[in-house]
Amino acid sequence: MSARVQEAAFDAAAEAAAFQSAVTQSGAVVSFTGLVRDDTGSLDYMFIEHYPGMTLYALEKFADQATVKFGLEKVLVIHRYGRLQPGEAIMMVVTAARHRKDAFAGADYLMDYLKSRAPFWKKEVSQGSATWVAAKDQDEAALAEWSLNSAAKES
Amino acid sequence: MKVDILYFAWVRERVGLSQESYQTSAATVADLIAELVTRDEGYAAAFADLSAICVAVDQELSDFAAPLADCREVAFFPPMTGG
Repeated sequence: MSARVQEAAFDAAAEAAAFQSAVTQSGAVVSFTGLVRDDTGSLDYMFIEHYPGMTLYALEKFADQATVKFGLEKVLVIHRYGRLQPGEAIMMVVTAARHRKDAFAGADYLMDYLKSRAPFWKKEVSQGSATWVAAKDQDEAALAEWSLNSAAKES
Repeated sequence: MKVDILYFAWVRERVGLSQESYQTSAATVADLIAELVTRDEGYAAAFADLSAICVAVDQELSDFAAPLADCREVAFFPPMTGG
């Protein structure tokens, strides 16, 4: 299984080590962990809502796309939902490829898709008031970039 | 036909429901939204700015022109903020 959606915390170091020990043909493993950031110092907690029927399916689809696009040997995506404290790990992506560039690009591609196409919604609760995090135009632009690149390659 | 409609994030908060079973003859997602907004102020507020609304039909991201024939589940939500 290449994707997991869970409420519980995960151990990013242990996940990366287990991933690496299962790799047989790759020369590069890239691991990215996203944390709950507290820009103002007043964040009480973050709440992540998701679409249970669709989330895992979407993550597996993106993992498969990245595998094909970058020739990855192995992919892992973990994404949490529910209530998270500042500094806690929200999600992680690990990729393995023969060479470094594909491993980095695969992780970057997955991150761009997770940001804007995986059915999660973040809410920040600070001093008793809750705000839904707005999607950023730059995240959409990053996604558009991937389709432009593949269009350029195909032409 | 009867469809399950799901709402997430602030769309859910404005509608006041996370899920409902709804009887409709709407041909497309856009037609369905046009029906929903007439139901009460919550729906009208949720769908006031359609540029801020995304839709999934049977758990696949879709668009407002998508046909609803044979569909079981429609979900409305704001742009996603994962990662």
